Amino acid sequence: MAEITTDTGVGVRPALARKPSAFLEFFSRLFREKPLGAIGAVVCLIFLFAGIFADLLAPYGFNLIMPINRMKPPSLQFWFGTDNLGRDIFSRILYGARLSVIIGLSAALLATVLSILLGITTGYLGGRFDMIVQRFVDAWMSFPDIVILIVVVSVVGPGMPQVIVVLGCLYGIAGSRIIRSAVISVREQSYIHAAQSIGGTTPRILWYHVLPNVMPPVIVLFTTRVGAVILAEAALSFLGLGVPPPAPTWGGMLTGSARNYMYLAPWMALAPGICLTLVVFSINMFGDALRDLLDPRMRGHR
Amino acid sequence: MTKPLLQVRNLTTRFGHGLGSVTAVNNVSFDVNAGETVAIVGESGSGKSITALSILRLVPEPPGKIVGGEILFDGLDLTKLPEEEMRAIRGNRIAMIFQEPMTSLNPSLTIGLQIAEPINLHMKMPWQKAYDKAKQLLDRVRMPDAKSRLSSHPHQFSGGMRQRIMIAMALACQPKLIIADEPTTALDVTVQAQILELLKELTRETGSSLILITHDLGVVARYADRVCVMYGGKIIETASAHDLYARPLHPYTRGLMASIPRLDQPPGVRLVPIKGQPPNLAQLPPGCSFNPRCGEVIDRCRRDVPELMHADEKHLHACWTSPHV
Repeated sequence: MAEITTDTGVGVRPALARKPSAFLEFFSRLFREKPLGAIGAVVCLIFLFAGIFADLLAPYGFNLIMPINRMKPPSLQFWFGTDNLGRDIFSRILYGARLSVIIGLSAALLATVLSILLGITTGYLGGRFDMIVQRFVDAWMSFPDIVILIVVVSVVGPGMPQVIVVLGCLYGIAGSRIIRSAVISVREQSYIHAAQSIGGTTPRILWYHVLPNVMPPVIVLFTTRVGAVILAEAALSFLGLGVPPPAPTWGGMLTGSARNYMYLAPWMALAPGICLTLVVFSINMFGDALRDLLDPRMRGHR
Repeated sequence: MTKPLLQVRNLTTRFGHGLGSVTAVNNVSFDVNAGETVAIVGESGSGKSITALSILRLVPEPPGKIVGGEILFDGLDLTKLPEEEMRAIRGNRIAMIFQEPMTSLNPSLTIGLQIAEPINLHMKMPWQKAYDKAKQLLDRVRMPDAKSRLSSHPHQFSGGMRQRIMIAMALACQPKLIIADEPTTALDVTVQAQILELLKELTRETGSSLILITHDLGVVARYADRVCVMYGGKIIETASAHDLYARPLHPYTRGLMASIPRLDQPPGVRLVPIKGQPPNLAQLPPGCSFNPRCGEVIDRCRRDVPELMHADEKHLHACWTSPHV
């Protein structure tokens, strides 16, 4: 009785509906067993926090142009220096975190959900359905990413929702291969046969028996996609097809005028570059730790 | 006499088609009465597991297909049932216990959830109540400390314990028939005995029938009421367990018996193996498929395929050399 206290109607996985302390227990294990992952989680949280409260934290507006303070090196007044138009880079990084986090998380989420849907159904059902769907995936993957991005964005026009949907679909379809191959190996396990022998319907087997066993690659896929999406958005912004200026995105800051002034004002590229690297690295570390901690077979192993 | 619970009639299951096809189960017929334990014995590749999977219609299709015969269960022909109704029978009225307890449980889910799943699925019981039921089931398979074990994962159990969990899952909906496909092959000998005793006892309590698939004649002697011996996809001899041991009629059955050590044998007596290899199902020899390995082969064995013949009312065999032909 004590094992499940919350409502566990059909469709809710009782395994996930644990005692509230399970959440705290998870974090204590994260810090004890995976210090690097814990650092990653903290760094991600700091950037999330910075993005959410950018309005309060930023010393200047993100588009406040101060012509007398053009290309000032980092100082007490401008922590990360100023850019070629005299805008405070630190403030722009904070506002940029908001955009990058929103784009990164939502596009990666969309991509992962799409990968799971496509990968699990094609991998489990196999046969002709798999054949047909995977040929479309082949066709899709044969185009270079950037070509699809440019074509779609130039048709629908630049803007955040478009960028999220396009990047989500792009990575989601390609990622379905990874999930599919994991599902194919899970499908042949005897516990799947056992699940069939107790009379489970296909959706039920997929949800209860296949999905939990492909979670490790799903988690890794998600965390690597967050990084990839942030970088892809940077590439789009560089081409002028991302989120339109003056909205500050890290990609835009890194690849826009920063390139022209790289020797005069290296801090213009340094700040967004370091932040980008840090966030992508942290998310990957956190994802790795998450994968290990959520695997029940790894419990108790250090 | 009442009608048998399960009547398998001329069941034929084939893999692939055309020249490369393999008939894994060939014209197999047998009955299982209510409350009875029937053993299906045979070496690897004799078609015993495929017979079991065919009854539940779980033969992977393609490449496999049930091409003929009927499986009458409680008046229903399972071979003609739509998939949806078949699902309502699996795990509910016919349950299966698989060979490998180490891999037959989902490693990501707690065992409580896995035992509760068929209850939730077939009895439409909410999870909370199904969990309580799962605890009772664990008690019944003598899992110590059942309540706290519900939230454990499969890797925390030994092989014997996992097989107990599998038995609890199979019993969850009080099925009329349990099919156990080599339930103890992967376990230690001492654990084997415990598991089989438990299975036998629980089926006796609930009045379920049991189909016990095995290659271990010792297991058969001790736990089965009736035995079907399979060779090359066919049943070659069937009798009550007692009768089969007292009076094996088919040379293959006799060969199997001669190849197991006995405690009452004087020391130093050599075991007699059955010579040759199990038959290639894709190229069965003409006539009796056992003829290349048989020590008592006569001309007719290479020419005509023997079908099951009555030696007496309950003892059937398929051999031309038997005195009962």
